[in-house]
Amino acid sequence: MYDTEKLGTDVNQTETKISARNVQVYYGDTHAIKDVNVDIDAKAVTAFIGPSGCGKSTFLRCINRMNDTIDVCRVEGDIKIDGEDIYDKRVDPVQLRAKVGMVFQKPNPFPKSIYDNIAYGPRIHGLAKNKAELDEIVEKSLRRGAIWNEVKDRLHAPGTGLSGGQQQRLCIARAVATEPEVLLMDEPCSALDPIATAQVEELIDELRDQYSVVIVTHSMQQAARVSQKTAFFHLGNLVEYGDTSQIFTNPKDERTESYITGRIG
Amino acid sequence: MTDATQNTGAVAPQGSLHTLDARTKRRNAAEGRFKLYGMIAIGIGLLMLVTLLYTILSKGTGAFTQTFVSMEVELLESKLDKSGERDLEKIKKVTTFGYAPLIKSAFEKTVEANGIETDLKSKDMTKILSKSAASQLRNYVIANPDKIGQTIEFRFLANSRVDGYMKGRVTRDSIANDKNITPAQLDLVDQLIEVGALKKTFNIDFIIGADASDQRPEAAGIGVAMVGSFFMMLVVLVLALPIGVAASIYLEEFAPKNWITDIIEVNISNLAAVPSIVFGILGLAVFINYMHLPQSAPLVGGLVLTLMTLPTIIISTRAALKAVPPSIRDAALGVGASKMQAVFHHVLPLAAPGILTGTIIGLAQALGETAPLLLIGMIGFIASNMPETVGEGLLSPNSAMPAQIYEWAKRADPAFYERAWGGIIILLIFLISMNTLAVLLRRRFERRW
Amino acid sequence: MPLSWLVLLVLALAAAGYFIGRIRVLKLAGGDVRALHSLPIYYGTNVALSVAVPALAVLLVWLLAQPTLIERSVSGMIAPEMIPEGSNLNLVMSDVRRVADGLNTAIAGGAMSLAEVDAMDATVVDVRARLGELGVALGQDVRPEVLAAAKSYRSAAVTGNTMRTLIVLALAVIGFGISFSKTNPDYRARNVVERAVLALLMAAASLAILTTVGIVLSMLFETINFFGLHNWRDFFFGTTWAPNFRGDSELSILPLLWGTLYISFIALLVAVPIGLFAAIYLSEYAGPKTRAFAKPLLEILAGIPTIVYGLFALLTVGPMLVNLFGQSGSLGVDWMSGATSVLTAGVVMGIMLIPFVSSLSDDIINAVPQAMRDGSLGLGATSSETIRQVVIPAALPGIVGAILLAASRAIGETMIVVMGAGAIAKFSLNPFESMTTITTRIVSQLTGDGDFASPETLVAFALGLTLFVLTLGLNVLALYIVRKYREQYE
Repeated sequence: MYDTEKLGTDVNQTETKISARNVQVYYGDTHAIKDVNVDIDAKAVTAFIGPSGCGKSTFLRCINRMNDTIDVCRVEGDIKIDGEDIYDKRVDPVQLRAKVGMVFQKPNPFPKSIYDNIAYGPRIHGLAKNKAELDEIVEKSLRRGAIWNEVKDRLHAPGTGLSGGQQQRLCIARAVATEPEVLLMDEPCSALDPIATAQVEELIDELRDQYSVVIVTHSMQQAARVSQKTAFFHLGNLVEYGDTSQIFTNPKDERTESYITGRIG
Repeated sequence: MTDATQNTGAVAPQGSLHTLDARTKRRNAAEGRFKLYGMIAIGIGLLMLVTLLYTILSKGTGAFTQTFVSMEVELLESKLDKSGERDLEKIKKVTTFGYAPLIKSAFEKTVEANGIETDLKSKDMTKILSKSAASQLRNYVIANPDKIGQTIEFRFLANSRVDGYMKGRVTRDSIANDKNITPAQLDLVDQLIEVGALKKTFNIDFIIGADASDQRPEAAGIGVAMVGSFFMMLVVLVLALPIGVAASIYLEEFAPKNWITDIIEVNISNLAAVPSIVFGILGLAVFINYMHLPQSAPLVGGLVLTLMTLPTIIISTRAALKAVPPSIRDAALGVGASKMQAVFHHVLPLAAPGILTGTIIGLAQALGETAPLLLIGMIGFIASNMPETVGEGLLSPNSAMPAQIYEWAKRADPAFYERAWGGIIILLIFLISMNTLAVLLRRRFERRW
Repeated sequence: MPLSWLVLLVLALAAAGYFIGRIRVLKLAGGDVRALHSLPIYYGTNVALSVAVPALAVLLVWLLAQPTLIERSVSGMIAPEMIPEGSNLNLVMSDVRRVADGLNTAIAGGAMSLAEVDAMDATVVDVRARLGELGVALGQDVRPEVLAAAKSYRSAAVTGNTMRTLIVLALAVIGFGISFSKTNPDYRARNVVERAVLALLMAAASLAILTTVGIVLSMLFETINFFGLHNWRDFFFGTTWAPNFRGDSELSILPLLWGTLYISFIALLVAVPIGLFAAIYLSEYAGPKTRAFAKPLLEILAGIPTIVYGLFALLTVGPMLVNLFGQSGSLGVDWMSGATSVLTAGVVMGIMLIPFVSSLSDDIINAVPQAMRDGSLGLGATSSETIRQVVIPAALPGIVGAILLAASRAIGETMIVVMGAGAIAKFSLNPFESMTTITTRIVSQLTGDGDFASPETLVAFALGLTLFVLTLGLNVLALYIVRKYREQYE
């Protein structure tokens, strides 16, 4: 079922993809993110964990400037991707989002065919010269999304007709289709059943070959299973950030320890 | 969805984020254009609103002022009461023709006293007055017979052409083929203005007065039609509010989920969209042809508008009832109230502001409705009698504000157009006050659960 | 007894019943409310309802039925051969009613006694002159059979009214008696009252159905009459609309339908793009301030009565278009001769429909889940791409429904076309010509002086029925589509 080809295994684990410095986020008068500094590795899975309302999703949405769509939201500080400030005036969020794809909490396929769902991104960004190339991109993306075998015979059926897990993998494939460098996932499995969750987690693990994946999750087990690095957020602060194994086995901060042992949450 | 073939081979966005690639520039331009279309659409909508309001105000305000000529009239006993007995019956025998000479001589004296020179004969001079001048004089004398023999100062309505001249509607060029007025008469008007005998002042009669025949636009008022509208709204309020609320309570609180309820619901939403003229046909066929209710009566108009307004009231009342949270009903039922008691004691009072708002909006809608009134005969005659009792108000023929406006718009003399626009100003003042009231009620009593 | 007195009497009896019922039950319970099954007001209400409801219900039915019954029995008196040339039974019957009314007035005014009326003989007395003296104007001389019919019409009406009064009052008293005798502390007054109230509520709700039935029946009967006088093939498939009050008219709906659809089409051409873009801007781009300012202002346009738009078309837009497209107009083309035209009516109706389309579409666009937009924006789509390729396709069924509703509005609109479209029925593609519509013709056929039973007047009912069916079809379809659309996102 996992038909994704393994590509580029030779990865330098220490290369920094995203670096955030002194990031503050305000929702109107609420100070939602306080002074966050973090360096996110390329070609690795980074998990953001923390209790509800701790700001992990908010911070995630800063990385592709999805917060721009919320009127009252204000972001301060620097976030750099490959050394380029993404909040620079010259940056067009549209161009940024092509480079930083996003998968949402609830699967949100468009009310179009499976094919058109995948082809949507490549079309708006002009990634294919002709129909044949587009077909190729669609197939490649569906394979990357580990869903090709399930849908290849009904590419023109509506995407909304798939099961929840299939829909979420379709959304991942859709995000992959624009050839992003970073993939942001906002609790991608929270609306899925355990089997679908396992499939998506397996897919995430494969995706890190090519992409820097940042995943927000509610489940510590999931973070432990899929990520190499983990960041723990609490009340808008980044409390602790480090290798996943270290965070879960030997947390330095008391609050992190309380959280992973279930005392706060 | 054929963008794929138009692809110009733009590079995948792997370049620097700080430089916009050509494709993004193009896409942003398209974005800008699209947003601009939206702004233009809003702009057109607002422009139309402004144009409409400007047209109404600029053309209608003239109706609220009117040109009057004031002069002293000697109420000659020899003409009005030859016997000198002040017997009202005998005075009444003198027709308006008998009063015309008094006005003529009064006019001559005014002209003379002010040193105005004119070649016009007195008969032509009085033509700048409204045709109603003589009857105005007669009505005054009949009401005050003891004034006969005295000299009284009168304000006569000027002819609509003179009024139009004062308001810029009539010019010396435009009267070339007009039999109703001559340049010489306009010269006289100019001179009368100079000496202050002819003035344009506020005209209360337009607001409270009755309609006039199509020969005398200067005397036409919307007051009687306003009373007609009032009686129709009374009927609508008395019938539509209780029936509408009762129907809503049934549908929202008691109706079982079955096909009959479904049919009623579909029916109501469809009735809300049935063209208003169809209700007019219904009124004509059922209330007038079948039940033989009097034609042109506000009662019939009110019945037709009730049927038309019911769906609106039902829809808003149901929304108001739905907005009351089920916990309120549960609380009442929990202390042993019957379902009926829970609804009438708790849900209905809480929904009352919403119901009231919906009712006012429904009434406002009914007030401006014209088409059905045409079919039940509320046009084509001169609504000149103010009803004296409620029964008369409901049953004797009358017009209604929108029907009166339509009636004026149909008449040939452009002087009536000004009246039509003026009538619209009054109608809109009513509608705006009603809607404002509805908004205020909603603000004041709105409850967020 | 006049009707209003009868109603007032019944209501007064009901009010009295309320207090009596209350007092009686309290007295029976020895003044102890706790001994009652229900609260005292329920016992009072029970009596009041028992008095008023059956009596008034019978009265209502009576009022509806009596005219038909009398009409039927009296019209039997007029033999077909007595109907003069060029007239018909309906016309004769309206004469009969007028004469009967005149006789009533004469008796009520004391000008004639009952016996005098009974003795009046049309072959001897000039009834028209006689009634004219009494202030009852009649259009033509009264023939003997009409007078005879009028007399029996009058006496039937008088008998009917007397019986009505008696029966209604009897019912009220019986209702009072029964409910009064049932009033005792163990009587389950609340349950009875509540059941009665529920029945009243149900009756109010079914008025909606009654209205629809009334609309359909009132038009259906006259339409059947019309098709009795006029060939239905000409109505549906003819090509000419040329009513002629001397008879022999050509009355085909097709040219009117063409005018209606053409004007509606132009109205939608104006309203749909503007309304849709306005809705898109308001829901997707505008900040809360712009929205709070522009939305209510646009909605004012929807609250303005159609008579205002009609006047605007007739006196402002029409002349303005003539100044542009007319002879010696500023464009130098001679396309338009009069102020009334398809374009005038269409444009003004379009303006009227802008807020209709925009607020419906606004609701529908807002119903598209935010997740859809996020999905698209997250892929790097611009807002306009998101709207055009995701939001609008998702909202399409709803928008189509909204446009259908707007179309139904346009087809049924009356005042704007009466004042702005003109009166010439023809098939033409030229939007600068004046054309006429179904609603315009309904108004003119029913407000003329025409004989009510002639096909030229009756055609209005056939037109009305067609209009009703047309708009009803569009509404049902549109509401169905919109409902299905909403369910999809709920």
